[in-house]
Amino acid sequence: MALDRWIALILLGICLVYGYTAWFTMDASLAPFMKRNPIWPSTFPKVLSVLAIGACLVILSGIEKSEPKEAEIDYRRLHEYKLGQAIVLLALMVAYALCLRPVGFIISTTAFLFFGSFVLGERKWILMISVAVIATMIVWYLVQEVLGIYMRPLPGIFGG
Amino acid sequence: MLEGLLIGLQTAMSLQNLLMVIAGCLIGTFIGMLPGLGPMSIIAIMIPIAISMGDPSAALILLAGVYYGAIFGGSTSSILLNAPGVAGTVASSFDGYPMARQGKAGKALTIAAVASFAGGTIGALLLMIFAPMLSSVALLFHSAEYFALMVVGLSAIAAFAGTGQVAKAIVMTVLGLIMATVGEGALFNLPRFTAGIMDLQSGFGFITLAMAMFALPEALFLVLKPKVAGTADGEIKDLRITRSEARSIAPVIGRQSIQGFFIGVLPGAGATIASFLGYAVERNIAPKAEQEEFGKGSIKGLAAPETANNAACTGSFVPLLTLGIPGSGTTAILLGALIALNVSPGPRLMIDEPQIFWAVIMSMFIGNLVLLILNLPLIPYIAKVLSIPRNFLIPFILFFTLMGAYIGQNNATELLILVGFGVFATALKFADYPLAPLLIGFILGGMLENNFSRSMQLYDGVSFIWERPMTLGLLVIAAILILLPSYRARRAKARAQGVADGD
Repeated sequence: MALDRWIALILLGICLVYGYTAWFTMDASLAPFMKRNPIWPSTFPKVLSVLAIGACLVILSGIEKSEPKEAEIDYRRLHEYKLGQAIVLLALMVAYALCLRPVGFIISTTAFLFFGSFVLGERKWILMISVAVIATMIVWYLVQEVLGIYMRPLPGIFGG
Repeated sequence: MLEGLLIGLQTAMSLQNLLMVIAGCLIGTFIGMLPGLGPMSIIAIMIPIAISMGDPSAALILLAGVYYGAIFGGSTSSILLNAPGVAGTVASSFDGYPMARQGKAGKALTIAAVASFAGGTIGALLLMIFAPMLSSVALLFHSAEYFALMVVGLSAIAAFAGTGQVAKAIVMTVLGLIMATVGEGALFNLPRFTAGIMDLQSGFGFITLAMAMFALPEALFLVLKPKVAGTADGEIKDLRITRSEARSIAPVIGRQSIQGFFIGVLPGAGATIASFLGYAVERNIAPKAEQEEFGKGSIKGLAAPETANNAACTGSFVPLLTLGIPGSGTTAILLGALIALNVSPGPRLMIDEPQIFWAVIMSMFIGNLVLLILNLPLIPYIAKVLSIPRNFLIPFILFFTLMGAYIGQNNATELLILVGFGVFATALKFADYPLAPLLIGFILGGMLENNFSRSMQLYDGVSFIWERPMTLGLLVIAAILILLPSYRARRAKARAQGVADGD
């Protein structure tokens, strides 16, 4: 089964859960006076779940044939691309998200930019560090001073 | 209209807004040139900055400037490197790149700039004429018609998705609508589908979603498959075009501005379709001798898609500004930004806040002029951006997507949602699912449900569908739009198999 039909299957699962919630569990918590309304909070989701399930089934059953065309990236040969780099970069983004609050903006951003270029294969250490530090400082200045949005610059223990 | 023009001129000519146009065009050109980054990603990245400015006209002017700049920048990289940064400029590389290889890069860039300028300017003139007309009709609309109109818009997007793609586009649109129902709706004050997670109480962030759908997958694609760029031999000189060349491209520009504009107005058909269609039409109507030239460096073949894609960009503002319904991914992002700035685009926009409407139109003229007289001479220098090593470029793109999602909400969970959706969107992109319909559905979802609920309440049920002829008519159009492509595909297939079919 091709990837697009696998995805349709996953989406179908999501839509079934969504539809189940909309049709069977959501209305239980509805206040009695709201039941006199012609429209309930669940009305629109009910319609959507039916439409989505129908469209997913059309893809799954392959009623609508599409000609196989040259995709930009062929997922069947994914391992031939730089998959490792992409996964490490995604992990780096997750780490950044988790560190941003506790470690502070300046350290985590500098580290993110540094390791980002490291993962991609850059090895000019001095250039990497200076680019990361200068860019972090510029962005921090712009966000903090120009846009006026507070971001904790340093780790919490330094009172940032 | 004259009064409106003057208001717009007054707003657009303020020092701040002039700087916004110039900054927007420069930033757009700069980033649009980078292969792999389209106008949608750039605008998504620019939104937090635009929103925090607080002034809706300035924000829209900035974003619109970024939009034209990105298209212009995209055509530069397709001419110089044969690496289009934007889908709408793929057709420009057919003739632009051969010209550059013949050593006529400067001339090709000038033609691109002049054609873009003419397309954008004529498009803005047409916008000035048609938008007020459409919006006076739209004032007669009731919430039931709005509901039906949005359904038409959404189904048109699915219908233009191409053969074998209609069901996928519908799934994506409905998925966008489903995602819009998560969180607390305005009408019911009741959290829905949050699964008890506090961070979902206010729904998914629109910027987060826009970043996850466009900027992140494009960046990941750049990581996975480094684009092999053609060779650009640095020197860009001889920007002049001769009088006879100008005379031969003038009719092309005239035709394509109008055709491109009207294609841009249609929901779902954007700059990409306009540019391919413009190229095809001009090749077909050119004299036999010139037809041979197409694909080998014909100036007409370059002028046609360049004019058409810029005119289509302008055209796509018509449904956005008059009906509040975006026809393309880019205008959907602009709509989201406007809503965040407390402006609701629609027929009342021209009456309630004429300065925004007219300032945007005026800034289109100024923006096109900026692109022509400021960016063109700077192109040799801006093209240096193409030599930024990707080892530094990609971490920065990723960082800016993260920052964009973070600044808006100041919530680190949003970043995890961003990464999660980004991976999901990349998988969807592998499987050839269109991503723009999801975002358009997400942005229209709230409005669609509100208008639907309002008409349900007014008519105490679904009777508004058959009691209001206009609503019924629009919904019938929507149904035809969805059913027609699959019917035609089926018939084409039957014909290909040699089966006779009725007519």
